[in-house]
Amino acid sequence: MPASMSRDTERSPLLDVEGLTKSYVTPDGVAELVIDVPTFRLEQGGQVALRGPSGSGKTTFLHLLAGILAADAGRILLDGHDLVAMHEASRDRLRARSLGYVFQTFNLLPGYTALENVALGMLFGEGIDEARARELLDRVGLSDRAAYKPGQLSVGQQQRVAVARALANRPRLVLADEPTGNLDSLRAQESLALIREVCAEQGAALLLVSHDAEILARFDRVTELADVNRAARVDVAGPGDRAGRGDRVTRGAMGEGR
Amino acid sequence: MVLAGGLAALVRRSLRTHALSTLVTAGSLALACGLVMATFAIQAQSERAFTGGADGFDAVLGARGSPLQLVLNSVFHLETSPGNLGWAWYERMRDDPRVALAVPYAVGDSFRGFRIVGTVPERFTEVRGPDGGALTLAAGRLFDPGRREAVIGSTVAARAGLKLGSHFHPSHGVTAGGAARRGRDGAAGASHGDAAHDGDDEDHDDHDDHGGAGTQGAQGAQGVAAFAEAAHGADDPRAHDEQYVVVGILDATNSPTDRVVWIPIEGVFRMTGHMLFGQGEIFVAQPGQAIPAEHKEVSAVLIRYTSPMAGFTLGPEINKQGDEATLAAPIGAIMADLFLKIGWMSRVLEIVAYLVVVVAAGSVLASIYNTMNERRREFAILRALGARRGTVFSVIVLEATTIAALGALGGLVVYVLIVGTASAVIRGETGVVLDVWAVHPVLLAAPLGIMVLGALTGLVPAAKAYRTDVAGHLSPPG
Repeated sequence: MPASMSRDTERSPLLDVEGLTKSYVTPDGVAELVIDVPTFRLEQGGQVALRGPSGSGKTTFLHLLAGILAADAGRILLDGHDLVAMHEASRDRLRARSLGYVFQTFNLLPGYTALENVALGMLFGEGIDEARARELLDRVGLSDRAAYKPGQLSVGQQQRVAVARALANRPRLVLADEPTGNLDSLRAQESLALIREVCAEQGAALLLVSHDAEILARFDRVTELADVNRAARVDVAGPGDRAGRGDRVTRGAMGEGR
Repeated sequence: MVLAGGLAALVRRSLRTHALSTLVTAGSLALACGLVMATFAIQAQSERAFTGGADGFDAVLGARGSPLQLVLNSVFHLETSPGNLGWAWYERMRDDPRVALAVPYAVGDSFRGFRIVGTVPERFTEVRGPDGGALTLAAGRLFDPGRREAVIGSTVAARAGLKLGSHFHPSHGVTAGGAARRGRDGAAGASHGDAAHDGDDEDHDDHDDHGGAGTQGAQGAQGVAAFAEAAHGADDPRAHDEQYVVVGILDATNSPTDRVVWIPIEGVFRMTGHMLFGQGEIFVAQPGQAIPAEHKEVSAVLIRYTSPMAGFTLGPEINKQGDEATLAAPIGAIMADLFLKIGWMSRVLEIVAYLVVVVAAGSVLASIYNTMNERRREFAILRALGARRGTVFSVIVLEATTIAALGALGGLVVYVLIVGTASAVIRGETGVVLDVWAVHPVLLAAPLGIMVLGALTGLVPAAKAYRTDVAGHLSPPG
């Protein structure tokens, strides 16, 4: 039984995805299916890893879960709220208040200090709480780097700022897209441990996508993303989800692949 | 407080990040805004100052010619005199029941660039200043019409180095700069300046009567060349023999009056080298002898009517007879007509100012738009953090508006600098004072207009920010 929560649990899942699809239109005008997820669930406070090699649609999947992308069809229930049915502004609000996102490239704003970057994570949610921002920086071991800008921080420190920012709004769910992809092995392990610890402390569920075996080995529950996404194309190490999508649909139903 | 002000903090940070671009853009807007304000304000203030500065006179009577030249010469002490009139014209005006006050002027001399006007004491006792108040003395007393005494305007006192008790020799010509200036314009009144005198090195009694005995050089009609050879005043070949003493300094009126050296009109008649043509033939005043009225002449007679109706009859009466005299009236209307005639120039300036605004607005658009590519990732990140499309749209519009607001503020500074400089130049040249702080609708309209324009130019890049493909500008998909 892989990662996500079992259907027969009595506890309602934090994340409940059903019949989710997303297509892109190629320059040739052909609609290509890139996401086709019949079902996917994640329990409250759970920590799940998705093994996501290139071409498996992991970033697109996470963007859909975060409401950054609009789905074509299906249902994404986050804590009971359906992101697919929501107006964009409502999705934005939900994202600001209930979701944290750790990007592979961290996506810190270069003109802002570490403290400000963490505060930016609160700006569109409940509002800026400087004390909490400092507390989070302290938690990730950067209290002495609050006034540093990203360019003045090491890669590992930047990643920790990104973790602190993702947790700034006390999110229910943290999505992490190859969060250790830019770190060496040792630092990746340390960083992963930190992410998991802090998420657990803050009561946030964690859905992490990686193709790094060492990282995945740290999770009790790991799911093949290709099993989740029937539209995944896993045999081509393409540069992105959109490229060549639809050339091959290699996976069949993954119904209970949770 | 970190990021105090929320969105405003984002705007502030962005402007700071692109500080140079922000400053250049705001600077160009400031220039444009200041230029528009200055163009309109200087135009309005000049018109107001030049059409309202008649010092309580309704009309100017002078030699046949351009009413505008007459007004510029007599009221603003600019230009040259169009010629002279016989003294009888003054007497006729003085005695006309429709005329409440007639003040004769005789011009043609100067001191250190400031014009000397020969007149009568009524010029000070009966005439009110541009603000409606009587001309008052800051120091001293009025001149005695029978002595070589002068009353000077406040600007003359400040710049010509004259004070109570100072002595000076008038220079011939109206644009000569006194001892330091040697250029000759030869444009004095018809009977002033074309005469000559022998250089006479006698000392003069400071308070010599005009008819005083034997202190004047022999005079004769020996022509301009002879005059130029006169040796009075070691460094000013055009200095007259007569020495005047300053007995009074007028309070500042912020009008051309401040730039005038006033002396008794009799003094002008008797100035060495001056000839009178009052009767059509040359007459040179002799010391100790009275000047017959028929030989006297005036450059202009400034007139105040007993009632506004007087102008309706007096004007045609004078202007339609012969070709001897011109009654320039109403003074304000003549100056207004001048502004009407040069109105096209104002329009051109306005168009240039508007074009500068358009170019400056374009620079706002370009400067923000050019940063959009590098900033799309920033917007994508903000959107990923929960910012709405409308929020990033607002940030850009707010940013453009802020740049425009900085420009508008800078525009006020530019305005004060331009108008302050223009005011100083105009005051220096004419004595007319422009009020830098005078309220004009453009002082509100231009900054607001610039801000609205700035906001509008922000709409284009804001739309681009609004449409930012969030997913496409975050981390590379995998």
